[in-house]
Amino acid sequence: MAEEPLIRWDWIGRNADRIGGLLVDNVVMGLAPVAIGLVVALPVGLACARWRRLYQPTVGIINVIYSLPSLAVFVLLLNVFILATMPIVVVPLTFYALAVLIPAVVDGLGSVPDPVRQAATAMGFRPLRRLIQVELPIAVPVVIAGLRVATVSSISLVSVGALVGKGGLGHLFIDGWQRQFPTPIIVGIVLIVALAVLADGVLILAQRLLTPWARARRTA
Amino acid sequence: MNFLLDFLANPENWSGPYGIPQRVLEHLEFSGLALLLAALIALPVGMLVGYTGRGAVIAVVSANAARALPTLGLVVLVVLLFGVGTTAPVLIPLVALAVPPILVNTYEGVRGADADLQDAAVGMGMTGPQVLFRVCVPVAMPLILLGMRTAAVQVVATATVAAFVGLGGLGRFIIDGLQTRDFSSTVGGAVLVAVLALAVQGAFVAAQRLLVSPGVRGQVG
Repeated sequence: MAEEPLIRWDWIGRNADRIGGLLVDNVVMGLAPVAIGLVVALPVGLACARWRRLYQPTVGIINVIYSLPSLAVFVLLLNVFILATMPIVVVPLTFYALAVLIPAVVDGLGSVPDPVRQAATAMGFRPLRRLIQVELPIAVPVVIAGLRVATVSSISLVSVGALVGKGGLGHLFIDGWQRQFPTPIIVGIVLIVALAVLADGVLILAQRLLTPWARARRTA
Repeated sequence: MNFLLDFLANPENWSGPYGIPQRVLEHLEFSGLALLLAALIALPVGMLVGYTGRGAVIAVVSANAARALPTLGLVVLVVLLFGVGTTAPVLIPLVALAVPPILVNTYEGVRGADADLQDAAVGMGMTGPQVLFRVCVPVAMPLILLGMRTAAVQVVATATVAAFVGLGGLGRFIIDGLQTRDFSSTVGGAVLVAVLALAVQGAFVAAQRLLVSPGVRGQVG
């Protein structure tokens, strides 16, 4: 290993096409679960916030799912789907995203101060309009905090799927290990962290755009 | 289901250095060690940052960035660079995995301790450290334990990937099964890890009953 450099830059150039393909796979398999998760978590979270009795059992079930190891679930699904396709990775990661997003939606709605809700009602807002125009915007910071955790872990967890044959940039780790060659591993780690940081930045930006009043208050 | 029964009914899987009890012990050994190391780093830093408010942005941002580190990649890289032989290399990625939830929750818990409570404690003559350890930390205990629980479950679940680079633990059944197309071993290993993770989760829920003061418990619910 002594005569071998830590990174062989020419390897990156020669394999740019393959790396690009794996990168796209990783983005799709990392973001799809968060998007599906958000679409499911909003109604479920709303229901839990409306009927508090639903919340404890829902969180209980989700905590159990969350503690199932990703590799274990990938393997079990591999038996169901036979072939290593994207659902093997996307389905379990969707459940992990839900485990973070449902509590985030419930807590976000819980963060709406009662006087605000009462004021909206007094101004003649019907429940649905009050939800969309008053409560959800106020819940945005808490929901986005959940989205950030879910997105970052999802992008990084995709790589474990490489062990069952579908893992985006994770395939570079297997490559590097099998050939005892650190370059692909380092490239994989750097790209995954860069992707996660980029996605995190986009979400921070989205939060700033969606909550203009927070900035107004800070400058005032 | 048949795969699982085949696996569990096979007496070879129940004894010797490659048996289930031994693999569970190995798994718990490096998971526990990683969690301990992570707690030794994250608890003091989280308490200090939460109590003083200094360095909060850096601590939270770096904790979030650490979540992005792919454990499989780190395990493979660390073992490739430093060699196998001991469990030490695999501890680095697992510690990196466990630090963020513990640190962020400890920080949030201590920071969120009611200001009136702290004022009352100072008024009663408590010094800074006394306020931190006898007021803020007990009040933050539910959140701190939640962070430890999240970390523990993630470490136990992720420690399976250590088997890919030749280390022991329950991941061996999964990885070996995948490589030899022995699905009963793979499925059996997967189920065992899931059960172990659930058991760890249960142990932390029980610990919460013991460690959280009754007064705080009534408040938090």
